[in-house]
Amino acid sequence: MDKEIEQGYNEILESLRKRSLWILHYCTGCGAIELPPTMTSRYDMGRFGIVPFVTPRQSDILIVTGYVNIKTLRRIITSYEQMLDPKYVIGFGSCSINGGIYWDSHSVIKKLDSYMPVDLYIAGCMPRPEAIIHSFKHLMELIDTGKADGYRRYKENYDFYRKNQRKVLGKWR
Amino acid sequence: MVEKILLAVLVPLFAFLVGIFLEGFKRKMVARIQRRYGPPLIQPLLDIIKLLSKKDNISHGLMFDLGPVIALSGSILTVFFIPTPGFKLLSASGDLVALLYIMVIGSLGMALGAGESGNPNASIGIARALTLMLGYDLPFVIALSTVILKFDTTNLYEIVAAQSDLYWGAFLMPITAVVAFIATYGAMGEHPFEVVVAPQEVATGPMVEYGGKHLGFLMIDHAFHIYIELALFTDLFLGGASNLGYFFLKIFGLHILLTFFDTVYPRFRIENAVRFFWRWPTVFALIGLLIVMIGG
Ligand code: SF4
Repeated sequence: MDKEIEQGYNEILESLRKRSLWILHYCTGCGAIELPPTMTSRYDMGRFGIVPFVTPRQSDILIVTGYVNIKTLRRIITSYEQMLDPKYVIGFGSCSINGGIYWDSHSVIKKLDSYMPVDLYIAGCMPRPEAIIHSFKHLMELIDTGKADGYRRYKENYDFYRKNQRKVLGKWR
Repeated sequence: MVEKILLAVLVPLFAFLVGIFLEGFKRKMVARIQRRYGPPLIQPLLDIIKLLSKKDNISHGLMFDLGPVIALSGSILTVFFIPTPGFKLLSASGDLVALLYIMVIGSLGMALGAGESGNPNASIGIARALTLMLGYDLPFVIALSTVILKFDTTNLYEIVAAQSDLYWGAFLMPITAVVAFIATYGAMGEHPFEVVVAPQEVATGPMVEYGGKHLGFLMIDHAFHIYIELALFTDLFLGGASNLGYFFLKIFGLHILLTFFDTVYPRFRIENAVRFFWRWPTVFALIGLLIVMIGG
């Protein structure tokens, strides 16, 4: 009985929590230019309670907007680890999926998923605001059904992620 | 006794609900002015629920944890002092003066807590908050002295009672009312006086290291803060109200006016904000004081 009550309580909480998601306003690649139209009058993601915030401590979503070079990776990982659970990562654009047009580059990582747990990818180079809004809706669904568990995966497979990070960054801390 | 305890719960609840509604309404209204659709009205409540349900919390020390609690309890204590129609909780002969001191507790708690986080942005934010307070408090205190002189009392309930039948402070002392409005506006930290949080400059200033439950408490405190500033202005210059509905309507009207200004203005630099407050509002506050001293 207690378990059912707790489950029901959690379900209600998740369905409320998904309606307020704050984005960390940190942009890495060219895809960031599609975020301002998504925020402002034309597409207005504020409708869903999604607003940009400035510090990692306050935010829930980290959007990795495009290619990540090795220098940036350090900052992204630090920012991600500063965020408070539950937190979600969205890989934005084809560069975060497999390197995109930076496939051959010596200074850009290819697959973001090996360095930090990605909950959702948006394909496209670069994705339009419609696609971004669609992805937010999808993320809300994932949160509702409990499938957006990247932060848990990061803790469970910490050694795996750590190993991959070490591989490109060297012994950085 | 039971009645008192019940009131002690009901009055802050009323203040919180009004504050949270006004905040949600403001977001919607700003969105409409910018031709957006805007978040739902209960968005601030959802934000608070989300923040309070965060799974982990980062603490930077005891004072860091106590900061939001001090701020919130200071705000609730202030709410007890403000005359709300139908409820009478704390009242003494000099409660307007006491209120002036108690209202500072909130900012002080925030400053102490944010100071411990060790983030340079937080320090800049606190320095700005205290400097801005220096700015708007000067005209505000002069305006309050004018009110005290006019009604010849420092008891808030007597001031409200003296303004019955449309003898509102705003009609008796129009210049002082305008000055007090500007000072209240500065105290609420809206644009163009939004120098303290200024996300683009100092990354939300004192709140920079706060997240999760701490930030949730600070947001609840913010809702109280909106109510306190507007309710105090309503009691001093708009004659209070005979029942809760009228009281709410007056606060609501004031808030709509504030939001219009908030939407269209950019942000001052901190020294310009202080210079602004010390120039025209102070001069006009002195003129208002002079008029009351001469004209009675
Ligand atoms: S996916 Fe395209 S738009 Fe996005 S970062 Fe890569 S190259 Fe730029």
